[in-house]
Amino acid sequence: MGKRYEICLSGSGGQGLILAGIILAEAAGVYGRKYVAQTQSYGPEARGGASKAEVVISDEEIDYPMATRLDLLLAMNQKSSDSFYFDLKPEGTLVVDSTFVTQTPTTKAVCIPFTEIARKELGREMVANIIALAALATLTKVVSMKSLEAAVLARVPKGTEELNRKALQLGSKAAKAILKERKPESIQGHGPNHEDITYE
Amino acid sequence: MARKKSKKKPRLLQGNEALVEGALAAGCRFFAGYPITPASEISEILAHRLPQMEGTFIQMEDEIASIGAVIGASLAGAKSMTATSGPGFSLMQENLGFACVAEVPCVIVNVMRGGPSTGLPTNPSQGDVLQARWGTHGDHPIIVLAPSSVRDSFDITVKAFNFSERYRTPVIVLSDEVVAHTRETVVLPDPDEIEVLDRIKPSMPPEWYIPYEDTSSGVPPMGIFGDGYRYHVTGLIHDIRGFPTMRTDEIEPFMRRLFRKINQSFHDVQIVHHFMTEDAELVVIAYGSVARSARRAVLDAREKGIKAGLLHLVTLYPFPRRDVVATISDAKAVLVPEMNMGQISREVKRVNEGMSRVATLNRIDGSMISPQEIYEWLLKEA
Repeated sequence: MGKRYEICLSGSGGQGLILAGIILAEAAGVYGRKYVAQTQSYGPEARGGASKAEVVISDEEIDYPMATRLDLLLAMNQKSSDSFYFDLKPEGTLVVDSTFVTQTPTTKAVCIPFTEIARKELGREMVANIIALAALATLTKVVSMKSLEAAVLARVPKGTEELNRKALQLGSKAAKAILKERKPESIQGHGPNHEDITYE
Repeated sequence: MARKKSKKKPRLLQGNEALVEGALAAGCRFFAGYPITPASEISEILAHRLPQMEGTFIQMEDEIASIGAVIGASLAGAKSMTATSGPGFSLMQENLGFACVAEVPCVIVNVMRGGPSTGLPTNPSQGDVLQARWGTHGDHPIIVLAPSSVRDSFDITVKAFNFSERYRTPVIVLSDEVVAHTRETVVLPDPDEIEVLDRIKPSMPPEWYIPYEDTSSGVPPMGIFGDGYRYHVTGLIHDIRGFPTMRTDEIEPFMRRLFRKINQSFHDVQIVHHFMTEDAELVVIAYGSVARSARRAVLDAREKGIKAGLLHLVTLYPFPRRDVVATISDAKAVLVPEMNMGQISREVKRVNEGMSRVATLNRIDGSMISPQEIYEWLLKEA
């Protein structure tokens, strides 16, 4: 059986999590040539409410397309951190947006203020999802930064390429800072073996 | 299901997007619909794509008008489709029967969501299976196909158009929210790699044309409106010239022909996939997105040494009785997992005639059946 890696990106409607899921799936599937399945769940409301995107990455064809036991959870608000933490494998990685998540369910959680970084450094909160994706890729190497950048640039609206490139750099930088100050075992979780490509 | 990795660059597509690609590849050039979750992407993409290929997209005032427009466009020669979900599908039932009786080729996509009524717009279900079969009134044959993956959504939509053209019948593509919204990387075939069928047109001069005359296939050639082949189209039972009749010696042959044209083509329209069923003692019969969970469960059970197999139904109607009977006759037990209270399991029980024990696994909480649930049954029965 091939390796199956399950990711959940969660938060509230409007934080760009479904787009982030699509980009992550494209980075792994189109540019990284893995098998991927991306699913989502959201309420009937137009905005607000809970939103979550799941990405399953595998070396073999994926039958069941949804995540069952997560290897990696991104929680962009308190509620999703509280509710989806229990789907995480014991050795899985939890990454939270510490702008909104003030109480983490584990000390091993990686806390990065994605939204605050987006607001302060780029003046645009909407790229918090891209900053988060770069951080996830840097932390777990689930996709290479090269694939991620290609996928991001192919999906974002024209004219925002530079903004998104900067967002990727900021996310990668924040994650590297975490990796420097903490031992890997204090973070848990190791992505599937990918080439170690760092973002320049 | 297993496919070689192609050299072509894969694309990340939703089931609904692949379905659109399949429709266009099959020659669909007319779409009329009314948006509804989880089928809206189909309208959205076709609104963009059809005008680029001299096709027509119309957003109608409701689903009743949508299928009406689809029937009209098909009579005028365009391969036509509409897409909806449960509530809209209910509204389409009357005209669906019209398409059956007037023998108008068309494809109706129903992306199933939780019901009844407006139900659960963003959650999956398989609650419309029997409605797809019997939703319109009166005795009628129908073809119902259920995709289970993104690539399936392409292939089955091509097949749906081919069947509708070959047999002059509406074909229902019964997708579900999981299939429609899951994105997977796929490499779609080039146009020269797929078979596309067109309706048979009359070869005689217009004045000799008898629109509903029987043929060996039971499918009369179809004159296109505007080509000079004038004939009468009605929902009333009609004679071979298309005019209403109450003569028993005309009604019976007409009704028999409607059924015969599908019934004598079971070999063509009944599609199933066997997965490890040759020596299976425990058989899972599944369709749509649930077939994916079933496949995983069967693989996991095989690893434990349990002789499990999956009969994956692609064609739900005409119910593939022959394949089902052959597969379950030697089985110790059969499980039919469905996201409803038991619709295909009724059919399985009907054809089983007491040969095997048929168990059901029903989930109606708006969630997909997980591989674990099916696996647990296999463990228990082994």
